[in-house]
Amino acid sequence: MFKTLDSAVPVACWSCSIGHNDSTLFCPHCSKIQPPPGGDYFSVFGLKPRLELDLSALEQEFHRLSRKLHPDRFARALVNEKEWSLADTALLNDAYRTLKDPLRRTEYLLKLEGAEIGEEHSGKDRVDPSRVPADLLEEVFDLNMQLEEMRMARKIGDEDSALEASLAEAKEKFSGLLKAVDEDLRAEWRAWDEGNELARQASQKRMVALLDRRHYLSNLVRDVTETLGA
Amino acid sequence: MAEGRVVGIDLGTTNSLVAYMQGDTPVVIPGVDGSNLVPSVVALDPIAAAGGRPTVTVGNSARKALIETPERVIYSVKRLMGRGLGEIQEELKLFPFHLADDIEEGEVPRIRLGELKFTPPEISAYVLRQLKRNAERFFGEPVTQAVITVPAYFNDAQRQATKDAGRMAGLDVLRLVNEPTAAALAYGLDHAKVGTIAVYDLGGGTFDVSILKLRDGIFEVQSTNGDTHLGGDDIDNLLLAIALDEIHAEHGVDLRGNPGAVQVLRKAAIEAKISLSTESAAHFDMELPNGDRYQREIPRAVFEMLIEPVLERTAGPCKQALKDAGLTPEQIDEVVLVGGSTRIPAVRQLVDDLFHLKARGKKPQIELNPDEVVALGAAVQADILAGASKTTEEMLLLDVTPLSLGIEALGGAVARIIQRNSTIPASATEHFTTGVDGQTNVAIHVVQGERELAADCRSLARFDLKGIPPMSAGLPRIEVKFLIDADGILQVRAREQRSGLAAEIEVKATYGLTDEQVESMILDSFDHAEEDFAKRLLIEARNEAETILAAVDRAPESPAWRQLSPEEQAAIHAARGRLAAIKQGEDAAAIRNATLALDQATRRFAELMMEAAVSTAIRGKTMDAAGNDMGDDVTAPHAMAPAEFK
Repeated sequence: MFKTLDSAVPVACWSCSIGHNDSTLFCPHCSKIQPPPGGDYFSVFGLKPRLELDLSALEQEFHRLSRKLHPDRFARALVNEKEWSLADTALLNDAYRTLKDPLRRTEYLLKLEGAEIGEEHSGKDRVDPSRVPADLLEEVFDLNMQLEEMRMARKIGDEDSALEASLAEAKEKFSGLLKAVDEDLRAEWRAWDEGNELARQASQKRMVALLDRRHYLSNLVRDVTETLGA
Repeated sequence: MAEGRVVGIDLGTTNSLVAYMQGDTPVVIPGVDGSNLVPSVVALDPIAAAGGRPTVTVGNSARKALIETPERVIYSVKRLMGRGLGEIQEELKLFPFHLADDIEEGEVPRIRLGELKFTPPEISAYVLRQLKRNAERFFGEPVTQAVITVPAYFNDAQRQATKDAGRMAGLDVLRLVNEPTAAALAYGLDHAKVGTIAVYDLGGGTFDVSILKLRDGIFEVQSTNGDTHLGGDDIDNLLLAIALDEIHAEHGVDLRGNPGAVQVLRKAAIEAKISLSTESAAHFDMELPNGDRYQREIPRAVFEMLIEPVLERTAGPCKQALKDAGLTPEQIDEVVLVGGSTRIPAVRQLVDDLFHLKARGKKPQIELNPDEVVALGAAVQADILAGASKTTEEMLLLDVTPLSLGIEALGGAVARIIQRNSTIPASATEHFTTGVDGQTNVAIHVVQGERELAADCRSLARFDLKGIPPMSAGLPRIEVKFLIDADGILQVRAREQRSGLAAEIEVKATYGLTDEQVESMILDSFDHAEEDFAKRLLIEARNEAETILAAVDRAPESPAWRQLSPEEQAAIHAARGRLAAIKQGEDAAAIRNATLALDQATRRFAELMMEAAVSTAIRGKTMDAAGNDMGDDVTAPHAMAPAEFK
């Protein structure tokens, strides 16, 4: 029932029978909708994999394709056209959702390139002490102590404004570090987009590390925010 | 298949409507009584033909039966759609309905109505069939395709139940559209085509908020949030509970066991609520069974204090929707108000505060009738789906899924595979494998919701992936594709990749009817046979004529009859004679017109009858007997001390 995403065999159009390259949403000859094409999310938008994207152009293309592909346009079409409209639109939406978000886009591209990245979606993981970035080890240790203290104080109904202030300060600091990571990532985007094969390999490695650090920091900031807000 | 019209239907908690595109304007189709709103009330006719099944009435006539034969009437059934046994029992604490006593675990609960039992989709199907008939009468041709609206925050089971109801009513449901989005479509037709809008929809039983970006005819939902247990019903129940408590405390009369009286009080509570939107105070005044009078003034300030906790519950979803869309209140260009409850001034004040409207010199959008705007939007979407219309050819709605989809991982945690507010259709592909050598089955539990533990989320379905070729543990690679379609309903497919075999999957929805069950519940099969259409119109017209003639013939026995003037009585007689003469003819439209004329002539009489029924229900002993099996289930939704009322 499903095509695997890596197939790139030429196929014949179901409607006009003329053969065409697999990675197309519409038959180049008769313009009829086709089953979901192979290829990655970038190719849905006619792009080569890259990290710096013109988001407004991406949105325009998303709207243009939506108008042609959406199931609303096929409410009274043939059963198979309905089916493909649904599958193609799902692909388009998945692709747009992934590419418009800088982090999802970066993770997606790195996975396409074969990098191993921690799964973001597996539940709401707490800060894993074994993955603390080395330069933060000491501060994170202190912070975790304070968080624990805060939670205990909250539990027994104590107010500790000094502790609260210190946590707020820590939050500020780690949020700043998070911003710095984002800036570093942005710099890597250009390095990857414009680099040769060798430069890309190196950039990928740095991005994987940055994403790990980012993941760690954002969990930390969230924990502090939650504890303060509780 | 004939490409007939597509109508738009708002299947509401309190009222339902059907609308269509008349040229470039959406228009609501009135019922035979001239009213645009069909109350979502279904009653079993008490005068059943000997041996036959009782007939079912829908709408205003069914609402009248609420007071006369409350045990044969059901309303607000939308609150029960797609819900499991446990949830329904919770819900029924607020309503005087009873479950059938032979329901088994995992079955779709059935509600007792007189001597019969119905599932919630069957009840909704009766409402839908009435709307379908209204549309067919209006067009003089069959209507088989429809767009039906649902609360944006409806989950998979509630959506499926709504689609099932459509099928039972003989409708091909081309699309389920979210109510706030439909409202945005209705507004977007003739408003600025660029901007960001929020739709605040507080209906009879549900609350939704959606934030949309409009651009070049594309309506792109950014985020949605809500509460499917929050609406005008809650305010009614609050007032009702207080009145019941006060009557009990001050007059020693417990009306909770008297369903007719409870309905009279409910009606008074609703009237009080409505009048408080324009008046500074409302009054309860009614005679009690012991001859006392229950009199109470409710100043608006007290009312507002009372409902504040209910209204405050809409603030959280609004803030979350803004946050999910990554927007501040200032970035919302317009706020559209939908649903009858948004007529309450305190609601408008809250919306003003939430979106900082007054500070920016703005007001909530209320130009379109909040009771009709959803149906009008459904008609716009119907026109989009039908295609080939200049007005809507540039319009496209991109909606989102309101709840995250996840699968239960080891230890009961949820692995999210499709995040809430993802544009639909949306899909996710996951890979599963075996844990034991030679294992041929893998079980998957799919849930919907935002909580971290599967047990706290809404269970959607359990799948059994079967027929996996026996291999060493961990070797099979089963690809499962989860797809949320444009109706917001989940579809699942699976394939074993190593062997290339399509693994057979058995999807057992946690809640809901099987295809066979739905098939067996389809109402009157002749409903969708076109050749019978003219015949059916005639039969229906004659049936309506018979019903009203029988009622008019009994009229002189009623004390209310004597309150009519001789002129009024003569007018009724004349209209009765005309209808009786025309009834045997073949002209359905003429019969209908004569029926309508008789209905008009008897309007004041019907009002007098209603008043009499109301006071009988309050005072009468007969109703007490009928209410004995009601038990004490009608309880206050929120504990509220009478003192707070003074």
